[in-house]
Amino acid sequence: MALPRQRTRMTDQEVDEVIGTLLRWGVMLSAAVVATGGLWYIIQYGATAPNYHVFRGEPAHLRSLKGIVGGIVGFHCRRVIQLGLVLLIATPVARVAFSVVAFFLEHDRAYVAITLIVLSVLLFSLLGTH
Amino acid sequence: MNVLEFTAVVGVISGAAGFLGALTGLGGGVVITPAMVLLLGVDLHYAIGATLVSVIATSSGAAAAYVREGFSNIRIGMFLEIATTVGAVCGAFAAAKIPASELGVVFGVVLLYSAWLSTLTRGAPHPDEPADPLAVRLRLDGSYPSPKGPKSYKVSHVKTGFSLMFVAGALSGLLGIGSGALKVIAMDRAMRIPFKVSTTTSNFMIGVTAAASAGVYLNRGYIDPGLTMPVVLGVLTGSMLGARLLAGARTKALRLLFGLVVGLLAIEMIYNGLTGRL
Repeated sequence: MALPRQRTRMTDQEVDEVIGTLLRWGVMLSAAVVATGGLWYIIQYGATAPNYHVFRGEPAHLRSLKGIVGGIVGFHCRRVIQLGLVLLIATPVARVAFSVVAFFLEHDRAYVAITLIVLSVLLFSLLGTH
Repeated sequence: MNVLEFTAVVGVISGAAGFLGALTGLGGGVVITPAMVLLLGVDLHYAIGATLVSVIATSSGAAAAYVREGFSNIRIGMFLEIATTVGAVCGAFAAAKIPASELGVVFGVVLLYSAWLSTLTRGAPHPDEPADPLAVRLRLDGSYPSPKGPKSYKVSHVKTGFSLMFVAGALSGLLGIGSGALKVIAMDRAMRIPFKVSTTTSNFMIGVTAAASAGVYLNRGYIDPGLTMPVVLGVLTGSMLGARLLAGARTKALRLLFGLVVGLLAIEMIYNGLTGRL
């Protein structure tokens, strides 16, 4: 006897549960990384003067995913904070990526397509604009 | 002021903004940027970049809680996110081309409008309207939990809602805000989606919208780790405390107070923008 088709599908409620957990962990993990880098930053630079009056833009290694993630080898506090911020930005992206899978498992082709459009806009913004 | 003091001040401002934003449901992002620009003299582009990232944090944190309650509609959210993310990327590219003084004026006007919106009564019942065939085809109609069991609803004016969402996304990308108010208007007023579903779905969408422009901001060097760190941690802490207190709070007076603060900041932003001080 074939398994009922219902078995292979995820219910909307199960999808909601996974998304809720994903978002919560993404935020907590990134906040922890940002706080760690932040503490280090304060210890190292706490007594120096901040300068945000004039916009100069961040150096290249703090601008791209490659620079930020690759920089963890040569550990630096501003890079650690930036890595935490990238994790935070990646959290909703991961949520959308998971939705692609969820809609696929629900055999909802129209929404697989819709979600893929959203995902590609997000990836274009994160990866493809420099 | 050294980095330690500066970080502490930014953290406290962001914490207060996140706290009030969660209590009033207006989102704290709108006040952090003008506060940093007007009180601490931070360049507008840095302030926008930092606030934008904090918007992702609060949205994701709140959405994690809402999504389990079963109010937010993921199909509506995902479909409309096509419009908001494309709008957000356009807005983020435009932000780089517009000088700070003009951006400040636009920011002030949008702020003033949201202050005015916050004084309006919300969640008026919708008259019965025929469902939009497009909504039926996209399976946007849904149901939400109510004391009397699941209550179903229909979605109308999909095209109008979709266009408004593009504008909401563009403003979000341009100004680094969540544009929650405009998203709710698009869903509640235009698409006739029940208010509670509109607000929770909007919250769900804000993070994805903001992430779309955050990538552009990051690649352009607008996101400074030293400045963004206290903003993100402050807003996150403040909004978590605010959400916990939400149950017993008398929000009407708070909303008015918050609206007033936003209004004053808006006028000062416009004034400073017009006189070229930004």
